[in-house]
Amino acid sequence: MTLWWIGDIVLIAVVAPVVAFLLHRVLTAARSIVPSVQSIAATAAAGSRDLDAAALLLTTRDQATQTIAGVADYGGSLDVILDDAAGAGT
Amino acid sequence: MTPPLGLVAAGAVLLVAVVLIVAALVVYLVSVIVALAKITRGLDEVIAGVSGIVEKSAPVNAIVTAINGQLDAGVDALEGLLVKKAGLTDAVGLIDGLYPGAAAYGLRNVPDSTTITAPRISEVYTKGTLTLARLGREAPIAAANPAGPILRNVQGGSLAARRLYPEIRQSRPERLPRSPVIGADAPVQYEQRDDIGAPRRRLPRRGAGASNGAPPADRTP
Repeated sequence: MTLWWIGDIVLIAVVAPVVAFLLHRVLTAARSIVPSVQSIAATAAAGSRDLDAAALLLTTRDQATQTIAGVADYGGSLDVILDDAAGAGT
Repeated sequence: MTPPLGLVAAGAVLLVAVVLIVAALVVYLVSVIVALAKITRGLDEVIAGVSGIVEKSAPVNAIVTAINGQLDAGVDALEGLLVKKAGLTDAVGLIDGLYPGAAAYGLRNVPDSTTITAPRISEVYTKGTLTLARLGREAPIAAANPAGPILRNVQGGSLAARRLYPEIRQSRPERLPRSPVIGADAPVQYEQRDDIGAPRRRLPRRGAGASNGAPPADRTP
């Protein structure tokens, strides 16, 4: 019976506080992750919205192509109209 | 045979301790489960956002590479045309005049262009300054040292060009007299003349117009 009482004391004085301490630490760690995950989610959503204009790069590419083509035509005309510099192209 | 009272008490204490421990386990583990559920929902949102970023940014690399390729071709063509038509030295001088300091970087397709001393051929004067220079009046084109900086400040706007002219209003406009205020509530009111808008009182002389060959004016009754 003495051993039984010793077991009870150990259970109440040692095991229960250790279990409670460990569970509290686990709960604190889990709760601390929640705001971080929420902020990461908000940031990812904002980054995704910022990239909505990336589709306009297709238009930019087409317009750059057309502009360079126009510049090339203009340069070709200038090449015909203007004389070369002295010593150039020789 | 009944167990001794001490043994019953020890068993009861053990039972209470186990119940308390199990209750603490339940409370904490449920709280942890709730927090993990929130984390899971947040991670789902993160995955959705990151997936959107990946999908939207997938073609960016190829498109930007194509745009840069087009622009490189345009720059190469224009540089080649400029060098062909103006000559390498004058081309560097023109570029340095338009973009001060750009001569140090040279032309991309002509590595030796970085060693060329850019000639000062790119001063930009207004048409009025050139007119004054032709008239020999107050145009400081020849007054500055040719070895000095260009007269026109490319980044400073038009004030540098306006300062080439006599100082009247370009830098101290607040000293000019103010424009007169007109209208019904003007501080200075003038009497209205009756003869404005009324028929002419005196007619021109009859022989004045006839002597010049003009027809005589009609007489007003």
